[in-house]
Amino acid sequence: MSALRSSDWASRRVAGWGRALTADMALARPERVADIGRAIAAAGPGGAIARGGGRSYGDAALGAAGFGIELGRLDRLLAFDPTSGALVAEAGVTFADLLAVFLPRGFLAPVTPGTGFATLGGALANDVHGKNHDRVGSFGDHVLWFDLVLASGETRRVTPDSDPELFRATIGGIGLTGVVSTLAVKLLRAPSTAFKVRMAPMAGLEPFLAALEGARAAAGYSVGWIDGLARGGALGRGVLETAEFADPPQPSFRPRRRLSVPIALPLVKRASIALLNRFYAARTGQTGQERIVPAEAFLYPLDALGNWNRLYGRKGFAQFQCVLPDAGAAAGLRALLQAPEREGVPPALVVIKTLGIAGRGYLSFALRGVTLALDVAMTGRTPALLERLADIALDHGGRVYLAKDAALSATQFARMYPQAEKLRAVKARVDPDGRFCSAMAQRLGLMATRA
Amino acid sequence: MSAGTWIIVGGSSAIARACARRVAAAGADVVLAGRDRADLEHSAADLRVRFGVDARVTEFDATNPDAPAALVAGVQQAARPLNLLLAFATMPEQAAVEADRALLRRGFAVNLVAAAALLDSFAPLLEAQGAGRVLVFGSVAGDRGRRSNYAYGAAKAGLAAFVEGFGARMAPAGVSVTLVKPGFTDTGLTWGKRGMALAASPESVARAALAAVAAGRPVSYAPWFWRWIMLVIRLLPGRVMRRLSI
Repeated sequence: MSALRSSDWASRRVAGWGRALTADMALARPERVADIGRAIAAAGPGGAIARGGGRSYGDAALGAAGFGIELGRLDRLLAFDPTSGALVAEAGVTFADLLAVFLPRGFLAPVTPGTGFATLGGALANDVHGKNHDRVGSFGDHVLWFDLVLASGETRRVTPDSDPELFRATIGGIGLTGVVSTLAVKLLRAPSTAFKVRMAPMAGLEPFLAALEGARAAAGYSVGWIDGLARGGALGRGVLETAEFADPPQPSFRPRRRLSVPIALPLVKRASIALLNRFYAARTGQTGQERIVPAEAFLYPLDALGNWNRLYGRKGFAQFQCVLPDAGAAAGLRALLQAPEREGVPPALVVIKTLGIAGRGYLSFALRGVTLALDVAMTGRTPALLERLADIALDHGGRVYLAKDAALSATQFARMYPQAEKLRAVKARVDPDGRFCSAMAQRLGLMATRA
Repeated sequence: MSAGTWIIVGGSSAIARACARRVAAAGADVVLAGRDRADLEHSAADLRVRFGVDARVTEFDATNPDAPAALVAGVQQAARPLNLLLAFATMPEQAAVEADRALLRRGFAVNLVAAAALLDSFAPLLEAQGAGRVLVFGSVAGDRGRRSNYAYGAAKAGLAAFVEGFGARMAPAGVSVTLVKPGFTDTGLTWGKRGMALAASPESVARAALAAVAAGRPVSYAPWFWRWIMLVIRLLPGRVMRRLSI
């Protein structure tokens, strides 16, 4: 029998997906659920933070005291009921794995983030959203229950009714209440393995917003790409993609080619961004087009290029993502789109979506409005830009997505997330000694200050 | 012919899990045997949900002399042919073994005696069914007696000789017996140890091991390049070997 050593620690330098923030961490990687509690107990006094696919951009999964618990080896599917669609799985199961197993059987995760490498546990802890938020809400809206390993080592099954406060503190709670070992989530019926994607050119911000508004009710999935370099009257021009499940029979697709960026290679520059933007607009054409696309390619377009975050070079990049309430969104978006050029930092990738109802968690990101995401290379001027962008979001009643954040101040955070106090109260109850702590939690003032 | 059943003993290890998924993906039923029942139940559920095969759990404690016979009795109803995979081992630090003779004895009891007894217990059944495959995980540590790991290595060397002979015994019955020696593998056993940057994934070791089984090879290294590393190490003169701190 193998000796139980999987709660031993491995020393690694760990970076957020943006590669700008790093931490020297001691990582445990449990191979059995029972080892999670051992790792929690063995972590130092500063506490540990759970890690999934390593796809949060900033420091949400970087340990403040350097202890991390990786859940990737806990990737087993435990039960599936094809009548209800209810799936029980360990927290380290990835969305790519789910898609490979269940799409051929006619089921799909109801909500999926933009990468298949994210885990279910990470999706719960960040209450992620997809391109269909107006119709289905956030990931946490589909969670039936989860097993949470608490600071005490006790595992508690939490449902929305068994302990509503702990449920709401854990959904979107960036890992601060405990480690989710197992969860039950309801999958969605998927009538096909492909999407019919319609791409329509958008001349500027106003028509774009009008089209997004129309798509809320009319389309199953919608996402917009914006040319972040466009100025003046063309500000906000881009392409709106709307999609539905394709009617069967689908064509057979060639297996997806997988390339990977081997080393940090700073290719994202103004000229290459402009070239890419032009290519994307040209592909869409003047009148738009319609294509049948495999689900994987539509949901996870960037996963085809492994380690694409290395394209920003050694300094890495930041993604700023915020949501603005519908009222006043247009003015806010205009200001957000103009800000990068003022700081001399060209945004490489700009994505716009609409969101529907607010999430269930105290720190859930979603609220009804428009969300904008900007990727910018990390330079000397980037921190000032990120601060400015967060202020613009605040001025328009918006908030920043913690899964992407690397820069918010505790003051900005407190204004964006008024329910943070409720999370702190739950944490004081289930984790009074602060056994769960991330660099983000410290930065945002989420840890209790000792009297 | 049905894909039969794989009996996987030591089913909680990362390599065993990866092997279980591969054989279940090919349609075989699986019996997972080991000590940690709660963990094995998760793996069995995973195989049922993913592959729709029959997967169940049975307890097996390698330190219990009655365990092999109980396992044979417990799998009589499983779909034939039965195939056997041995993936259990104990690997305490050499220094700990030198300090505690009970650990030394336990190492041989688990890694060599229990494995040999288990193979021997299944021999009549395998011969009677006239088919089937046996996969035993050995170790590159069994190729030489190294200062840092010789107690473990000696048990694995003994196991290698036993498996070779057992393979000769099974061959006339049409049963193939394969010993696979994994190099450094990225599992709980090596997690956190130094020099593991090139450790192979459990999935790649499982793929290589089951390819060796399918080809009916008696001995195989996984991944393949360990064959050449170990060839060099086997050829080292004893004088040189003694000076190396490996």
